[in-house]
Amino acid sequence: MLRRAFWGVAVALISVVVVSAAWYAVGSAQGPARRSASADADLGPPQGEPIKAQITDAPAVPPPIKRRSPAKVVVELEVREVTSEISDGVQYTFWTFGGKVPGKFIRVRQGDTVEFHLQNHPDSKMPHNIDLHAVTGPGGGATSSFTAPGHQSQFTFKALNAGLYVYHCATAPVGMHVANGMYGLILVEPPDGLPPVDREYYVMQGDFYTVGKYRAKGLQPFDMQRAIDEQATYVVFNGSENALVGENALRARVGERVRLFVGNGGPNLVSSFHVIGEIFDKVYTEGGTRYQENVQTTLVPAGGSVIVEFKTEVPGTLILVDHSLFRAFNKGALGMLKVEGAEVKTVYSGKEVDADYLGDKVVPSTAVARAAEALSRGALDPKAQIAAGEVLFKGTCSVCHQPEGQGLPGVFPPLAKSDFLMKDKRRSIEVVVNGLSGPVTVNGQQYNSVMPPMSQLSDDGIANILTYVRNSWGNTGDPVSPDEVIAVRAKTSRPPGAAH
Amino acid sequence: MSLVAGAAVALSVVAAAPASAPMARVGPGVLRPVYVPEPGVTEIAVGGFELDRVPVTHAEFLGFVLQHPRWRRDQVPALLADAGYLAAWAVPTSLGKEVEPDGPVTGVSWFAAKAYCAAAGKRLPTEAEWELAASAGRRGPDGRAEPGFTQHTLVAATAPVPAGRRRVGQDAPNFWGVHDLHGLVWEWVLDFNGTLVTGDSREGKSADTLRFCGVGALAAGDKSDYAGFLRAAFRSSLSARYTAASLGFRCARDLDAGAR
Repeated sequence: MLRRAFWGVAVALISVVVVSAAWYAVGSAQGPARRSASADADLGPPQGEPIKAQITDAPAVPPPIKRRSPAKVVVELEVREVTSEISDGVQYTFWTFGGKVPGKFIRVRQGDTVEFHLQNHPDSKMPHNIDLHAVTGPGGGATSSFTAPGHQSQFTFKALNAGLYVYHCATAPVGMHVANGMYGLILVEPPDGLPPVDREYYVMQGDFYTVGKYRAKGLQPFDMQRAIDEQATYVVFNGSENALVGENALRARVGERVRLFVGNGGPNLVSSFHVIGEIFDKVYTEGGTRYQENVQTTLVPAGGSVIVEFKTEVPGTLILVDHSLFRAFNKGALGMLKVEGAEVKTVYSGKEVDADYLGDKVVPSTAVARAAEALSRGALDPKAQIAAGEVLFKGTCSVCHQPEGQGLPGVFPPLAKSDFLMKDKRRSIEVVVNGLSGPVTVNGQQYNSVMPPMSQLSDDGIANILTYVRNSWGNTGDPVSPDEVIAVRAKTSRPPGAAH
Repeated sequence: MSLVAGAAVALSVVAAAPASAPMARVGPGVLRPVYVPEPGVTEIAVGGFELDRVPVTHAEFLGFVLQHPRWRRDQVPALLADAGYLAAWAVPTSLGKEVEPDGPVTGVSWFAAKAYCAAAGKRLPTEAEWELAASAGRRGPDGRAEPGFTQHTLVAATAPVPAGRRRVGQDAPNFWGVHDLHGLVWEWVLDFNGTLVTGDSREGKSADTLRFCGVGALAAGDKSDYAGFLRAAFRSSLSARYTAASLGFRCARDLDAGAR
């Protein structure tokens, strides 16, 4: 009895597991899976001769891996302590993986066996090691790579999980080593590679802490207290304020698909990565397997990454920022992607209007004000209405119906000597209040266009305009009172499709 | 009463040491290490000792090598010194024009440094002794009481390796009358691998014992002494046969030995 009960529960549990596994395989709301290989896929032993890994300085990325079988890949990374510019006229002593910040971009394939050589240049003053987040094992390799100046270490790991991973130095004091620029990215491509794109770039953010203020000239030492207080002097992409601007800007052409491998070395700050003027078609959140679509700004954790993809639609300069905006404006977190090619006006027009705007500073037209004042006294006369209506007509109606009410043949019907207008006063009020679309015949000519409802006009404003129109350019008619407009508005409903 | 008398004696001894003597009297004193020896113990009592005022120079080490040819770079066993041993010298028995004779000798293994000191009737300072000397400021035995000391020592420690033309003794002496403890070269100590910063310095436990551990762990003492952390990390990256272009040494001596 007990046993039977146990099995019943067990079967129920198993079926729950199967159901949830199936649901997971179909894909969550986060988006379709990028890779078929699961995290625990070993993908077999290395085949063929060992391959020396191609490694690149940012913003370059090594070419996609064409191999479809696992290999032994040898990575040689040299630690150098170098003094170079973090901003114009401002030097900083960076500790680097490969001579620059960020460190070399490493690209391997899931299932590869990576033989890692960490070399510490003889001129280095510090010992260093490396923790690759792509490593499954103690310290991510740090326990096996602690290396004195003028020495080298070797360890080997299997790239079990696909993804975009940060690597960094983990020597005490760790925060300081990272604050001095000791980080980079390693991409473990899925077995079948990533979908092809036209451009791939490597961008990595980091925060820096100097004794001197932002842009104080000269060699600036690391400021321990500012680092502890997390008050960055600089927040930059690729190790320098100038790494991705001007001549160093990233480049693409209109219509190309661009993939950015974005890392954040920190050591302290989380990045709100955004590209001004683009929408990320795909964001592989945190450098993982699944992607979100149509993203404006994505978080990149300190010690984390993201892959973003977008298609360039129009020419111009896209601006890469940390959308924590004082970092972009006052600390250097800004880069550029220059997109060249033909304008696509249907996507983006460029500036179409450049005009004065006075807002509520506009001095009310005296004629309109006088009519309003007369109305409030109950002494509105046609002369005042016509004067006010002329001002309002010029501001609202003349754009289409033209300043003399002559219209545009075949497009906008005339008001001057218009039989359609003058035949039916009530209808003319309805047209202004509710708009008019569809075929009409005016003075014997057919028109078929759309006039939106003039929702922005007041009832007395409409009355004044119509009184003016009915008594101008050869038209002669009785005035339209505000009460008539109110009556029409109360009794008619706006036809469908005429919304404004 | 006797404690007060002892302190007075110690102070008078310090004051009596002539600044021109090659060794300075240091301590006794209390060291607050960056890695505490065991939980709750944040201070280590260090007895008095004598310490070279300046690091050993190239010229001095050349004299030692000429007297003890087995420490020539072309004769030293690989077991006792790595490939970088005295590599800056023009030949095994001469410095050449590129090396400043009065600059600190570098590219020396722990074995060689230890042998040099022994030949001079001295020894390498212990880590605690060296750190006690280095923790002094200009005016007192605890530099952390002086404004800017922590940041200054950090900047000095991280300054790039000098081009090789800097001479010893050019900076202002500290409270004990010792030069060049910050910024010229790293220095060997007798028990350089006593503080076990593990290969991964973020681990919360030591490699071999529970006495020591890595940065950020609960056993870190003064967490603001980043220069101290850098020195500890540097020492723990070494093996006794290692050399480095930024690594030299100086010798120490027991007070008793000096009195004899």
